[in-house]
Amino acid sequence: MTDAPNFGPGTDAVPNRPKTSLIAEDARTKGRNAAEKRFRFYGMAAIAVGLFFLVVLAVSIVRSGIPAFTQTVVNVEFTMTEADIETAEGMLFKTKMYAQFLNTALTDQMNAKGLEVDVDEKAIQRILGKTGGIIREFYKGNPDQMGEPVAFELSASSRVDGYFKGRVTREGFVDSRFLKLSDLDLVDSLAQAGVIQQAFNWNFITGADTGVDNPGGAGIGASLVGSFFMMLVVLVLSLPIGVAASIYLEEFAPKNRFTDIIEVNISNLAAVPSIVFGILGLAVFIQFVHLPQSAPLVGGLVLTLMTLPTIIISTRASLKAVPPSIRDAALGVGASKMQAVFHHVLPLAAPGILTGTIIGLAQALGETAPLLLIGMVGFVARGYPQGFIEGFTDPNSAMPAQIYTWAARADVGFYEKAWGGIIVLLLFLLTMNIIAIILRRRFERRW
Amino acid sequence: MTFTKLTVSVLAVAALSATSVAARDQVQVAGSSTVLPYASIVAEAFGENTDFPTPVVESGGSSAGLKRFCQGVGTEHTDVANASRKIREKEIKACAENGVTDIIEVRIGYDGIVFASQINGPAYTAFTQADIFNALAPKVMVNGELVDNPHTEWSDFNADLPSADILAFIPGTKHGTREVFEEKVIAVGCEETGAMAAMIAGGMSEDDAEDACLEVRTDGRSVDIDGDYTETLASIDANTNGIGVFGLAFYENNTDALKVATMAGVSPSTETIATGEYPVSRPLFFYVKKAHIGVIPGLKEYVQFFVADELAGPDGPLAQYGLVSDPELNETQAAVDAENAM
Repeated sequence: MTDAPNFGPGTDAVPNRPKTSLIAEDARTKGRNAAEKRFRFYGMAAIAVGLFFLVVLAVSIVRSGIPAFTQTVVNVEFTMTEADIETAEGMLFKTKMYAQFLNTALTDQMNAKGLEVDVDEKAIQRILGKTGGIIREFYKGNPDQMGEPVAFELSASSRVDGYFKGRVTREGFVDSRFLKLSDLDLVDSLAQAGVIQQAFNWNFITGADTGVDNPGGAGIGASLVGSFFMMLVVLVLSLPIGVAASIYLEEFAPKNRFTDIIEVNISNLAAVPSIVFGILGLAVFIQFVHLPQSAPLVGGLVLTLMTLPTIIISTRASLKAVPPSIRDAALGVGASKMQAVFHHVLPLAAPGILTGTIIGLAQALGETAPLLLIGMVGFVARGYPQGFIEGFTDPNSAMPAQIYTWAARADVGFYEKAWGGIIVLLLFLLTMNIIAIILRRRFERRW
Repeated sequence: MTFTKLTVSVLAVAALSATSVAARDQVQVAGSSTVLPYASIVAEAFGENTDFPTPVVESGGSSAGLKRFCQGVGTEHTDVANASRKIREKEIKACAENGVTDIIEVRIGYDGIVFASQINGPAYTAFTQADIFNALAPKVMVNGELVDNPHTEWSDFNADLPSADILAFIPGTKHGTREVFEEKVIAVGCEETGAMAAMIAGGMSEDDAEDACLEVRTDGRSVDIDGDYTETLASIDANTNGIGVFGLAFYENNTDALKVATMAGVSPSTETIATGEYPVSRPLFFYVKKAHIGVIPGLKEYVQFFVADELAGPDGPLAQYGLVSDPELNETQAAVDAENAM
């Protein structure tokens, strides 16, 4: 070809070409402009679809989850004498006796109040949730309160709670041993008397998991602590190991077949299903190293294995993105290779490294599958760890595992709790992301 | 600098945790998701009523629980395996190979298996085992001959049933519930309809015919549910014509969404199951490693607490939740006190 532009068939026919104008569009220009318009429309449609689903998701989560943050409570003031407590403590099933004392006291109080409906102890028992444990706990901590009237705020049973939240309606109500239709009349008059009311459920945020017959007492606090300790293990292990590995691979390692194999394998590891890491964790950490079962330490170790490839890949990418001129300049003024990397390259790559780390942590935070195998799913998050070290070793669950457990329980009250748990999990994630953004802003440097 | 600090703190944490590994002070339970609700109720009450820490109860299924239970003796292995079926010979052998020889079997009560459908759905109110077999088996009897299942609606083989499409959600094969479903419903239906006799007459050995009886059709009208009952409930919610297999306790907790069918004329309830009138029920068990008693603090107390009248008896919280309490609970209590191994 010559240097002259080729105008299509018959190059010398240039003067004969139809006249084109920059103002009037010809067919081809129109076509190209239309294509671009269509493309813009597709792009906007894609974003709109994404936004639509995001809104649907957010609305359904909030709508289903908000009720978990309120709880129907029964306000009772009653007195237990030393003799009462001695009777209860003499039993095998002590908390049941405590609950019975409360039921009797409440029944008498309500009868004395002269409500329009009959109050019997069986009905009160159906209306109240599980109360014995809370009362026993209180008197164990405050033995000086014996014989004095004490005010308790106790959760109502799951069905009464559902009645206040619209889950249980009089229409189509079927009497069962859990609740009878006549109990609802009693509940209504108790609500009028101000004995039963809805209150903000702090216990949901701070509490621990409960047995399946006690949805009113269940909280996500203990498993939140479990998740926190797991994330601590993941952060403390995967960040230094991941960053060290990628700095070496990127800046120091010779490029040969061996490092190529390592590189390919790291990329492959990032795509391994998480359950595989669970099996590995069970075999290595629990059965071989004999670390405790159901412990956040083991959970953290397993999730570290899962997070490492993500961190290594993103760290290497951000190291690559640092212009070579920076390295050359550092080396040029006499810095050693290590000085060049640690004083100049690494600080510039820090924002990218942080982003990768947070993405890795967020992935790990939402992971349930590997936890199934190392014993963190079930009735596990049943209390807070004793101290900081025990936080790593005491059996505990994690938030996604807790949500999964609740969603599988028969009582609808737990289903609501599962949605509420999702809100708490999302807030936890959001906090992590915000911290990452703030840190990134502080480190960000332009050249 | 910071790396050194981090590494040192990691090592410190690892060292400290390693020292606390030896002393596990809580009972570790794993196994059947049918027993899990009851175990969680007992575990919570045990923690509230004694000075021992609350036991940890994991789910995962009867087979998985027993497999972990049989992996060996020592604090890194579970103490108790929950099971919705009896332990198998094969599992006892696997246990023995790993040194788990003395196993205490504890029967905690009975669980009913019910057939339920959407509360607003077709009137599935009465089934017999033969109906379920006719609906779900790959080969059924039609006019005295064994043919590939031609039925698409319930009314095709029983005029008393509604003319609605057959769609059943049954427990997957990893569930202990599946075994009971096969044994007490499908196999009985197979015999009652004469399909089994026809198979034997057709040249099958008795064992082969028994196995063939337990098969279910694979054309999508019978759906295996591998998850929990909540998954079955969700499937029922989405399919007006669907019927599902549930545990009695689960159904009783969801009476506002489900209606239950009678089986062979008996409606399921704790009473009819206790008397044995309702045909589809099964015992629930857990298995205790005797070698761990005295090593794991609170293990024996947990087991005794579980089977105490106050918990597992007819007035206890387990019965309140839906367990059919065992009329022979006294014998179980005595066996637990004496630590009688199998």
